[in-house]
Amino acid sequence: MSHVLSTELLAVIAARQLAGVTSLFAGVGIPLLAAALAQKTHAPDLTIVVEGGSIGPEVIPGRLPISTNEMRVAHRARMLPGITDTFLFAQRGFWEVGFVGGAQIDRYGNLNSSILGPHERPTVRLPGSGGANDIISLCHRVMVVTMHERRRFVRQVDFVTSPGFLGGGDARRKAGLLFGRVSRVITHLGILGFDEETKAMRLEALHPGVTVADARENTGFELLIPERIATTEPPTERELAVLRSLDPDRRFLG
Amino acid sequence: MNAGDFVEARRRLEAKPRAGGEKLTTLEEAARRIKDGDHVAIGGCLFSRTPLGLLREILRQGRRGLTLSRNLMCYEGEWFMAAGAVERVVTSWFGIGLPWGLSRIMREQVESGRVRFEEWSHLALGLRYRAGAMGVPFLPTLTMLGSDLMAVGEAKTMTCPFTGETLCLVPALFPDVALLHVHRADRFGNCQIDGYPHMDADIARAATTVLVTAEEIISEDEIRRHPDRTAIPGLIVDAVVEVPFGSYPHECYGLYEADPAHFDAYVAEITAKGTDAIHAYLARYVHEPRTHQEYLALFGKDALARQARSARELVG
Repeated sequence: MSHVLSTELLAVIAARQLAGVTSLFAGVGIPLLAAALAQKTHAPDLTIVVEGGSIGPEVIPGRLPISTNEMRVAHRARMLPGITDTFLFAQRGFWEVGFVGGAQIDRYGNLNSSILGPHERPTVRLPGSGGANDIISLCHRVMVVTMHERRRFVRQVDFVTSPGFLGGGDARRKAGLLFGRVSRVITHLGILGFDEETKAMRLEALHPGVTVADARENTGFELLIPERIATTEPPTERELAVLRSLDPDRRFLG
Repeated sequence: MNAGDFVEARRRLEAKPRAGGEKLTTLEEAARRIKDGDHVAIGGCLFSRTPLGLLREILRQGRRGLTLSRNLMCYEGEWFMAAGAVERVVTSWFGIGLPWGLSRIMREQVESGRVRFEEWSHLALGLRYRAGAMGVPFLPTLTMLGSDLMAVGEAKTMTCPFTGETLCLVPALFPDVALLHVHRADRFGNCQIDGYPHMDADIARAATTVLVTAEEIISEDEIRRHPDRTAIPGLIVDAVVEVPFGSYPHECYGLYEADPAHFDAYVAEITAKGTDAIHAYLARYVHEPRTHQEYLALFGKDALARQARSARELVG
């Protein structure tokens, strides 16, 4: 296997989660690359939905979109319904899987992309939710796709932009979020899930060569470690070749 | 006006003279309808169909104390902050895009408390415009519940009177002015948009005053031949100005792609020289060009032709 970058590993592992999925609400960057890779390998029937208002666009290799609402994400799309209506399809329950990310994630899968520091006087004002809050609130299930870093995996997010399981247990349901859940967290170290009862984050699989100690070291809270931890299959040459052909300028793969 | 004050919003609309006649005017005249302190809603999304011609003119006229709202706010928000023209931004996201990182100007202005950043989820903001467009005080939704975004604006929860479930209520947004850039309009202000509709039609209905720039002014007959393509009826439009490449260097669907190299240079200057570097940019691109033609000349014919060609390749 050729040398694999973290971004490539993340995209390949995320793409594999889309087997059998019919619709994916995805942002630009690694999530869109993962979606396009899945389409070109094991998920040819996957419909990509992008929040700027595009249903079923095709990604042109080498002309990857930077925003979720530009012409590049409308190429050969089947419908351009407007932004509000694109989300209302999700609220009605049509969009199956969502991919999201954030500057911080905590042990209950809550995400922060709004502010670091106190709410009234933030030390860092981040860009904001965009559609992340809506995707995590309204899709059937959501996967977080993120680099696995200690400063990112924090005990408690400074601000809940996008609710995972809130305080754990049935807190999400109690807040009125009847549908959807964060099903997985896909990182460059492994795959994480959540305990069925407490909804605390749990390690499920590690990528080849990554140890439990690596995962612990890069997580700022107590990670649940089950007895059996799977090892993911390394990216195949074909997966890497297709992925790399999508981003020949290494705009998002780095 | 309180959030969601649909009675006041309706009365303002009824009190307004609503002429069915010609709406064609100049950028200068159109922008004069904006007053200090107004809530100005911006159409398009991020770097798509941004009404840059009108935004630049508002800055030239030196308006103050504005509230700007937009679904995803691009660097036009930075311009208004640096010019001291805006007190509050209402948006779901602020920046240019991943490759350009966090907005330094926005961070400086918001973290110091000079400008208030009122964040809503993307759908919540869309539903606020839609409630305004519908003339009702709020809309119920299943989004934003349980998040800290609930406390930022004036979202509320209620128990559904039919099912007993918890709902999020977002208040209607009634902007004073809507700024839109469309593909074509006739002289009466009937507007047609190609490609992404974004939130423009809702924003136009929610606002009291609607100012439009169009890539092209077409005949009334052409509008009447394809009335199904009309997104905004002229009757609700107050001013329309012909501004070809009116969104450039942002994109206009099917006509020209955005120019990311321009964004690179813009951000590189601010990164290298600090946030004050924006004033040189504003001088060159906002204040110095005396006409729209002079503004476009700063980019050059070749760049415009190249970006037009690449748009046709994508969606032609």
